[in-house]
Amino acid sequence: MTASEPVLSVENLTRHFAGRRSVLPGRPATAVRAVDGVSFELHAGETLGIVGESGCGKSTLARMIVGLETPTSGAVRFRGTDVHSVRGRQARDLRRRVQIVLQDPYTSLNPRRTVRELLRQPFEIHRDLLPRKQQAARVAELVELVGLDPDHLDRYPFQFSGGQRQRIGIARALALSPDVIVCDEPVSALDVSIQAQVVNLFQRLQRELGLAYVFIAHDLSVVRHISDRVGVMYLGKLAELGSRRDVYDSPRHPYTSALLSAVPMPDPKVRGRRTRRLLEGDPPSPVDPPSGCRFRTRCWKATDECATVEPLLAGDDRHRQAFACHHPMPSTNGPATA
Amino acid sequence: MAETMVAAPRKPAEGAPVLSVRDLCVEFDTRDGVRPVVQSVSLDVYAGRTLAVLGESGSGKSVTARSVMGLIDPPGRITGGQVLFEGTDLVQVSAEERRLVSGEKVAIVFQDALSALNPVFSVGEQIAELLRTRRGLSRREAAAGAVDLMARVRIPAAKRRAKEYPHQFSGGMRQRAMIAMALALEPTVLIADEPTTALDVTVQAQIMDLLLDLQDETGMGMILITHDLGVVAETADTLAVMYAGRIVERGRVDDVFARPAHPYTRGLLHSIPRLDREEESLWAIPGSPPTVLNRVTGCAFATRCDVAIDLCTTSRPDLTELRPAGRASACHRHEEVLHDRV
Repeated sequence: MTASEPVLSVENLTRHFAGRRSVLPGRPATAVRAVDGVSFELHAGETLGIVGESGCGKSTLARMIVGLETPTSGAVRFRGTDVHSVRGRQARDLRRRVQIVLQDPYTSLNPRRTVRELLRQPFEIHRDLLPRKQQAARVAELVELVGLDPDHLDRYPFQFSGGQRQRIGIARALALSPDVIVCDEPVSALDVSIQAQVVNLFQRLQRELGLAYVFIAHDLSVVRHISDRVGVMYLGKLAELGSRRDVYDSPRHPYTSALLSAVPMPDPKVRGRRTRRLLEGDPPSPVDPPSGCRFRTRCWKATDECATVEPLLAGDDRHRQAFACHHPMPSTNGPATA
Repeated sequence: MAETMVAAPRKPAEGAPVLSVRDLCVEFDTRDGVRPVVQSVSLDVYAGRTLAVLGESGSGKSVTARSVMGLIDPPGRITGGQVLFEGTDLVQVSAEERRLVSGEKVAIVFQDALSALNPVFSVGEQIAELLRTRRGLSRREAAAGAVDLMARVRIPAAKRRAKEYPHQFSGGMRQRAMIAMALALEPTVLIADEPTTALDVTVQAQIMDLLLDLQDETGMGMILITHDLGVVAETADTLAVMYAGRIVERGRVDDVFARPAHPYTRGLLHSIPRLDREEESLWAIPGSPPTVLNRVTGCAFATRCDVAIDLCTTSRPDLTELRPAGRASACHRHEEVLHDRV
């Protein structure tokens, strides 16, 4: 890991959505605390994976990082500048440096525009970036970069398969030469045989262009494969954050441990040998999260302390990974692994 | 919050299958003409065992499941083959007779439990209705039976939750309610069509654990339709891999995973990242699965295959029986693939 200044830093980021007002007088309106105090840093050329189950706030986090959603409090800094407080030209410049790739390129691409038009659009918005004459060359370059057929530039999104549509989405995100790409479930909608193609493409682009990724997904195997560091989210908060190897090989938060043990292993030989911890129930609603530790209602280690004192994300002395738990899992790794 | 063991493999099934599909063919009328969606598919389901049907979108796996249930409506139709259950061919029987089997002896659980449940009746009422109409129970008996079933699929506070409506249930609880309904009439065969695809991984583990326990209790045979190799490896006994409407490989799960005999299966197994190994880049099958099934002369996988030869584009390989019994592959080079010589 580099000691240099992070390319992106997220500081105590929070997003609350106003909920339905209660029909009974005197009851306060509910608020959905989608993201509730998330902090991390992202360095150039690095991939930070974010895993978590539905409703944990990972997509809201993604939208705040790229500026599609305004935080309730906290900051997203790109090379030190707060993305959400700048205005005008400076804001536009920051926007182009942090791009997003969404899960379903079928709904995120305008169906009435050809691939050529879709890939030119970023330059129509950021007019001063590239002279008109050079745009065609840039589009050709992008198409080649993501492995699309240059003969298909005048086709519409519906004429492509899911994997190819995701390539169009990636090309669009790359158009303005960003430093950071936030990938929100970018392979979840794809067939198994296509997922590997797109994952490999992300890795090749990172090597060639030096991109940093925030890679959000619910598939723990894909995240492990692509990430340098991993954050585990539960009900709007980070439960654990650390290097890929530490988090996967020696999870300290009970939730991470249960999550990993729930993943079915594509190897029939583990049957009758592997044990798994079955959590009870579903994640509680973010409208009214449990007091203290949010995981305590499903945790087998929970004590009275967990209901009253909220554990903060912190590392212990010997290990680099941080976790928010009063009763962490025993460490199985040696001291500080990279 | 128990530690549970990933279920140990079961002994191979003995005796005759409880349900057999023989040479099933299904076609759909489309604007571009008639498209064969399922072609000569044969499957055997044994009591107390799980057969996984693995395939990607458009492979025909769900249409196969629906055909077994008699749920193929125009523009689709079954154009050939048999679905044999307790000595009767379900494709040939009248709609009346069919109704007695479907839902009663052969039940199905769908991926999307929200659209399969009626939003204006409570979950308990919907389960109770089944017991009243099909079992002739009184209202009171049926209501009690519904609560029992809900408790059996581990819905906490079943008595209270029976009065709630589907929208008040989480995804995992809705899927449990669907399983309770499917079990209400004690089916001989349960078809689970992507039962956990829409669920979170911790909930998926609960549901698969529940299904396996219920299978052990009741001895029902199960067809598990899925695209998830992990779910197959941990829960199924036998496996049929579908590609472009046909079975391209089948066999015992441990056998197929250890030594795939079709390049498509082998490619799939190599292309998924795994928690138990590390690699620089993933093996990727090039191209995409066929979406509109054109009648190709050769092997439908040939254009994406890493070991295709000229023969593959001109002649379609038949599903050839291999050893051990039950093992089969539809590849001209199955011997070489099986022994890892290509």
